Amino acid sequence: MKQIKTIAIKEFKDYFISPIAYIVISLFLIVTGWFFFSTFFIFGRADLRDFFSLLPIIFSFIIPAITMRLFSEEKNVGSYETLLTMPVSFTDIALGKFFAATLFTAAMLLPTLAYPIFISFIGEVDPGPVIGGYLGAIFLAAAYCSLGLFASALTRNQIIAFIIGCSLCFTLTILDKLLFFMPSKIISAIEYIGANFHFTNISRGIIDSRDILYFVSVIFIFIFSTHIVMHEKN
Amino acid sequence: MIEVQNLTKYFKDFRAVNNISMTIRKGEILGLLGPNGAGKTTTLRMLTGYFRPNSGTMKIKGLQMPKDAIQIKSMIGYLPESAPLYHNMLVYDYLEYVAKIKGIDDKEKRYDRFLQLSDICGLSAIMDKPIANLSKGLKQRVGIAHAMMTDPEILILDEPTSGLDPNQIVEIRDIIKTIGKEKTIIFSTHILSEAEATCDRIAIIHNGKLVADDTTANLKLGAEQNSLIKLSLKGALKEDAASLLKSIHSSLDIKTIDPVENDLLSFEITCSDDVSKNHDFRSDIYLKIKETDWIIVQLIKESQTLEKIFRELTREEAKIS
Repeated sequence: MKQIKTIAIKEFKDYFISPIAYIVISLFLIVTGWFFFSTFFIFGRADLRDFFSLLPIIFSFIIPAITMRLFSEEKNVGSYETLLTMPVSFTDIALGKFFAATLFTAAMLLPTLAYPIFISFIGEVDPGPVIGGYLGAIFLAAAYCSLGLFASALTRNQIIAFIIGCSLCFTLTILDKLLFFMPSKIISAIEYIGANFHFTNISRGIIDSRDILYFVSVIFIFIFSTHIVMHEKN
Repeated sequence: MIEVQNLTKYFKDFRAVNNISMTIRKGEILGLLGPNGAGKTTTLRMLTGYFRPNSGTMKIKGLQMPKDAIQIKSMIGYLPESAPLYHNMLVYDYLEYVAKIKGIDDKEKRYDRFLQLSDICGLSAIMDKPIANLSKGLKQRVGIAHAMMTDPEILILDEPTSGLDPNQIVEIRDIIKTIGKEKTIIFSTHILSEAEATCDRIAIIHNGKLVADDTTANLKLGAEQNSLIKLSLKGALKEDAASLLKSIHSSLDIKTIDPVENDLLSFEITCSDDVSKNHDFRSDIYLKIKETDWIIVQLIKESQTLEKIFRELTREEAKIS
């Protein structure tokens, strides 16, 4: 447990030592800010529904960029060897890196809290969907972080890790948009696998244990897969 | 202390380490020698738990390797080849991170240890510098500090002196020798004189196989006593000198070599005859030359050096395979 914390803190600090953190955060804020506010006054609704509906697709590009370095960089530089020969288990490393990335996405979401505060001045904001939306966003980000972590563990090349991560996240995001092409018998199953469906539920303010369970399962499956990859690569 | 049995490691079809068995006792300094790609690093990586062997067992202080990996890793200080560190961290931050992971939780203790280590490894001037800006030798020192962080019982160093300047090499050797009095040290190197100077025992690996494993003295004894005499003369003619030397014993093999200085005449004299192999010809040579008016500038007998043993072992093996 202590090892996980040490690794997570180190990885989290690492983001802010390099310019990556600032670039990614700026990019995220510019893109979400523009897409959200460009239509905000046209609809004239005092809620964040449009902001949250943007998140799955933006996260599927931003989060792999955050997670791509987690393993790939270490493998490339060789510090992976130093890390693995210290008294830490594979689980400690995978979880430490996962928490660091998730914490970073939380830090990235933090400035967007200004939106609900700003909107509350110009209209009545229903707190339920906002709280649900942020909770869902954290779960979604955590799930995508675990996907990105897995992609990063596969290769020593950061660009490949980014592309694999993007593909995985993007697939989960658009799966429920593809239902039209699926045979009717498996529609509900496919819908359940897609991340968007669960995220939309939570961001409406309905916190259902099934949706929470979905995100926790995705996180578990991909951290476990990361563990297997680490084990097999030695 | 460390027992290794039939260790084998494949990379796809390539057998990098082939059936290596050895026992390393407490307090021993073992030098691992071998040509490039012989399997030194792979062996060390398996010992430190970075690679899993395909077959074979490793026992360290009675603990089994894959099973008690975490416990074993906390007993071993390891310096990987060319000291890969986190480039964007400061030296101090890096050491603090390592100390925390290795379980030095107390802040005071950590600080004391940093002071000791910066003394031993000469880090005090670079504590606040980013690792990326350090020269190779300085990185190597940070790596050594990393390895010695918890004062581990076993130190495994993969080419600890590569990339260091001659002064630093001597310093690192001294460190190895001082620590080696109480600790078990395994290190790999290309530099044979280094192994000869610091190790109690030498293991030579070639093509993944252990071709020699003995104390330095025994290795020299066991090898052929084919001694070589080097002679340099002043004021002699080449043909005269050669025929004079030949007249000492018919089995002497005389070779002219390029002299160090221009007006000298240099020879390498070896004996091919089995009977007179152990005879020291130096006195005969001296007596013969005393009769002439030549001046002996150099007359030395070169005994079997580690370099020769190394070359013989690694070459012979190459022929067979």
